[in-house]
Amino acid sequence: MDAIIQVSNLSKSFKTQDVLKGVSLDIEQGEIYGLLGPSGSGKTTLIKLMIGLELPSSGSVTFKGSRLKAKKLYPSIGYMSQSDALYQDLTAKENLAFTASLYGLKKAQREQQIEKVMEMVDLLPHLNKPVHQFSGGMKRRLSLAIALLHDPEVLFLDEPTVGIDPVLRKEIWDGFRKLKEDGRTIIITTHVMDEAERCDRLGLLQHGEIISSDTPAAIKTQYGVGSIEEVFLKNGGVSVEN
Amino acid sequence: MRIRGFVVRIIRQLFRDKRTLALMFLAPILILTMLSLVFSSEDYEPKVAIVDVPKPLEAKLDVSGFESYEHKDEALEAMKDGELDGYVTFDDPSTPDIVVEGSDPSVNGAVMKKVQTLFPSQSLNLSDRVTFLYGNEEMGMFDSFGPVLLGFFVFFFVFLVSGVSFLRERTTGTLERLLASPIKIWEMVVSYVLGFGIVTLLQAALISWYAIYILDMMMAGSFFNVLIVIVLLSFTALTLGILLSAFAKNELQMMQFIPIVVVPQIFFSGLFNLDTISEWLSWIGPITPLYYAADALRDVMIRGFGFTDLLIDLAVLAGFSLLFITLNVAALKKYRKI
Repeated sequence: MDAIIQVSNLSKSFKTQDVLKGVSLDIEQGEIYGLLGPSGSGKTTLIKLMIGLELPSSGSVTFKGSRLKAKKLYPSIGYMSQSDALYQDLTAKENLAFTASLYGLKKAQREQQIEKVMEMVDLLPHLNKPVHQFSGGMKRRLSLAIALLHDPEVLFLDEPTVGIDPVLRKEIWDGFRKLKEDGRTIIITTHVMDEAERCDRLGLLQHGEIISSDTPAAIKTQYGVGSIEEVFLKNGGVSVEN
Repeated sequence: MRIRGFVVRIIRQLFRDKRTLALMFLAPILILTMLSLVFSSEDYEPKVAIVDVPKPLEAKLDVSGFESYEHKDEALEAMKDGELDGYVTFDDPSTPDIVVEGSDPSVNGAVMKKVQTLFPSQSLNLSDRVTFLYGNEEMGMFDSFGPVLLGFFVFFFVFLVSGVSFLRERTTGTLERLLASPIKIWEMVVSYVLGFGIVTLLQAALISWYAIYILDMMMAGSFFNVLIVIVLLSFTALTLGILLSAFAKNELQMMQFIPIVVVPQIFFSGLFNLDTISEWLSWIGPITPLYYAADALRDVMIRGFGFTDLLIDLAVLAGFSLLFITLNVAALKKYRKI
């Protein structure tokens, strides 16, 4: 398989703080790649560097073999940030329609996609409700629906399942599996261990460095432990938040 | 104990936000200073001319301080160009006629006072002999201030609302999501201008209609021209609001631009006579959009000027908008890094 995203020796510092130190990893087309690490380990910064919302202090990121360019990159990716970037005064449908217009979705296609993504996050009955009436978990799900709306090739999801109950979380992960089967690539950050186990490959971030990048099974074998959580405990004693 | 802890927390917070602190202490000083400079300046000295004074009369009159014209057409031209506030003609030597520019009641009064000094001994009723180039004797302060206030309030609210709404794009993360989407920076700025432009058009129409037809503000020109001026003014307010929102972290900091950016404009837009403002502050007026909008609005509403007479003011307002739009695009391009 081809690497769709290549991160080479990437470092990022804000003023005096080094957030990422020499991170290198390849993300292959059609895989679900999980970024796992304690809070403050640099997960969000790494995602933002991958989609050009931040510039690296040194090192480089390539998308499909070439330097990041807004014109080529942004039409083919979906991004869900850690904060719910929603227009609170508008209804869910109005938020989705606005996003559809950004990606130039035609009316018929738009209606169809809105239905599809809202079904996946189980919000279809709330389509015409203003967002400020949504609960935290519902906002999270709507943000996810918006990121999925234009059926992007690559999805960057920063903690997509925070505040979502386990049953629904499982359904959402089934949706991710389906997207993967259709050849979509998903890069996801998480705190939750059972989610980490569902990724094809994991990048473990600690103190701004990738300490391991492999399948969950291989990582556990490499460290000789029974769960991913223990890798962090073994490697410096910082526990992963749950 | 609880109260002490609470007070300490509040003071700590205030001192952490240096800008709000500076605003609380310095903004009132700034505004008071401006007010004192505007009000304590010397009385306005009106520019009055005498036209074609008969020789025998001239010897009797004290004409120092008056300009002199041979013919009344020349004086009228000078008045239209803003070089004269009033002039006196002597077609009938015993009863002079007075012509005043008329768009500012306080200047009208000053002209009358000065003309009266020509005839200290005679008990002439001068007010019967006055004609107005623009306006009329019934024009009140509100008619004269009205156009400026109209412009000011439109500017004020459009500036604030557009600034805050763009600020929210940044603080709620929607701007970041827009940056990671295919939309181009200039498309974002143009969308804002158009979106607000439509709402502003409605706002301008309603406010102007209310002021003119309900409050009976003087209206010598065309309503359509008033709308054009106000819409162009609100474009400058809108684009300036978006631009400055980049320098505010929250809604409160956006409010802090009011005394710094919005209020000073009113001092230099003709609400107070511009000729009496201290010399070293007079450069401020011509760099503020409201200065041109107020001038254009007065031209339409009091002087009844047509569209072609407004072209310079309209061009300057459009220029301000274009400048701010360009700066906005440049500033936002810094956010999109690739």
